[in-house]
Amino acid sequence: MAGAAALFNGHEVIAPIVLPLVAGACLILLEKARSRWVPWVSVAATLLQLMLAVLLVGQASAGEVQAYLLGNWQAPYGIALALDRLSALMLLLTTVVACGALVYALGGDAERGLHFHALFQFQLMGLAGAFLTADLFNLFVFFEVLLAASYGLLLHGATRQRLRASVHYVVFNLTGSALFLIAVSLLYALTGTLNMADLALKVPALPPQDLRLALAAGSMLLVVFAVKAALLPLYFWLPDTYAGASAPVAALFAIMTKVGVYAIARMTTLVFGPAWLGAAALVLPTLALATLVLAAIGVLAATQLRGLVAYLVVGSAGTLLLALGLGTPGTLAAGLFYLVNSTLVAAAWFLIADRIAAARGGVDRLDARPWAGGWVPLGVAFFIAAVAAAGMPPLAGFFGKALLLQAAGQTPIAVWVVALVLGSSLAMMVALARAGSTLFWKPAGGALPAGATGAASPPAAAHTLAIVALLSAVVATSVGAGPLSAYTAAAAQQLMARQGYIDAVLGARAVAPAYDVRREMRERGDTK
Amino acid sequence: MLLLLALGIGTLAGCGVWLLLRARTFDVVLGMTLLSYAVNLFIFAMGQVMVGAVPIVEAGRVATLSNTADPLPQALVLTAIVISFAMTAVLLAIALRTQAETGSDHVDGQEPR
Repeated sequence: MAGAAALFNGHEVIAPIVLPLVAGACLILLEKARSRWVPWVSVAATLLQLMLAVLLVGQASAGEVQAYLLGNWQAPYGIALALDRLSALMLLLTTVVACGALVYALGGDAERGLHFHALFQFQLMGLAGAFLTADLFNLFVFFEVLLAASYGLLLHGATRQRLRASVHYVVFNLTGSALFLIAVSLLYALTGTLNMADLALKVPALPPQDLRLALAAGSMLLVVFAVKAALLPLYFWLPDTYAGASAPVAALFAIMTKVGVYAIARMTTLVFGPAWLGAAALVLPTLALATLVLAAIGVLAATQLRGLVAYLVVGSAGTLLLALGLGTPGTLAAGLFYLVNSTLVAAAWFLIADRIAAARGGVDRLDARPWAGGWVPLGVAFFIAAVAAAGMPPLAGFFGKALLLQAAGQTPIAVWVVALVLGSSLAMMVALARAGSTLFWKPAGGALPAGATGAASPPAAAHTLAIVALLSAVVATSVGAGPLSAYTAAAAQQLMARQGYIDAVLGARAVAPAYDVRREMRERGDTK
Repeated sequence: MLLLLALGIGTLAGCGVWLLLRARTFDVVLGMTLLSYAVNLFIFAMGQVMVGAVPIVEAGRVATLSNTADPLPQALVLTAIVISFAMTAVLLAIALRTQAETGSDHVDGQEPR
């Protein structure tokens, strides 16, 4: 590990951003020249990204926040990247989900349109940048990069349903970006800086009338991140969009909601924590509980498997934002643990739902239909994924919810939290059980009807490999729940102790250049 | 002058939001454009609004924000303009493609029943 870090010479923090960028650019060139190399280059780049993420997690778990100065300019004046435990964990989660989604796409979805692999790499670049940056406007730029790539991926292989969903998705996100810009520029006018660590110092020190304006800007930021994270009044774009996207794209989108959760976690613990939690401490948990209730109703009411899974994603977002909103180190640790598990489960779910639909003639309505091929492996996968999603033992979703309920016991709204979390879990369990028994156990004989929208296709090796890989990752988080919960508890502690982040970013000094041209010119007397 | 700037930003933002809530994709695209004009003006106004100041440090004058214009909001506006220009192009392409596929320019892809 130390040898690999020395190989990068300190640049390993920016490598997860540069690698997909270069890979995406090469893929655009290769698409015309050597189109047979494209899948291999894409897979190689994503696997390298995975190894980088593992390396960075190893580095971050040492406990120190590592800052990287872009352009060698010192922190408040230049843009900085910062690697702490949370960023490294999100990066690893992104690359694991991306590997699964990419392998699944190689089974046929990637050829349905142009530029899939290049867009995929740019999406990974945007995600990596959003998780690593320590500058608020840079966060906006990386949000735009990942949103632009997501528009392209969503529209890939454009069908009518996809185009309809994408109009709403694009317009909604563009409006959110406009709001983001207003909030960022307002914060700049009040504090004179865009660096997150510098904002963390300056925002609490503002005079009262400016502090109210800064809290307004912070609330606008919360709205923008809530659009991404699918919080109550702003989650209505999610079911249509995720149901309309192709399966590997929907699996990758499972990590996109978590960008919003990450941004809320970063902003509330670093910049707005002390001021905000005093003023509006119960707004976020209340909205999150309402999201959870509405998601449970949505899961029960779903008529299509993809719609059911989309509402499961909304429910997991509600649980995560509840954990963040309650704000104690215990709930934060539980939320981070649950985040890892729920993202992997959601990604696996979209792939499984696609395979189930393909085996029933291309339709994933929850009714009795004859099966074209072997339903036993898909049934096993459905069962494992359902147990993980409903939060039942022995899989890790149970640990996450149990940790959350335990930690929420000390907060003032503990009764509501326990009641609604358990109630929504019951609703999801009922809905999943009903869906499973309808899909797999209801008898429906005869061949597939001639009017089925697509021929039933057996899963390609790539499809099976991707589903098995993601489900193994889900089981691995259960088997390794001890180390993972220790890591997330340490990450939560590191988030709450914000001085470490501030010192690392603002205290980072420029690296001495290997070859100082200016000094040589001065010595030679060449300067003006 | 600040009042004029504020009224301009408010009018553009209001018109943009109103158009954004309409049911035809072309109105929505126009609304997004107006909203992005308003946001860009807002970002620019967040640096101190001065008449005739340049964002360049001149020899012989102290380099504070009361003498020179703040270059950072101008850089932010440039970034925002470039990004919103690209996104408007994407939105237009999607709207045109949707209209070609579904035959309707309603934002829901079909006329309300």
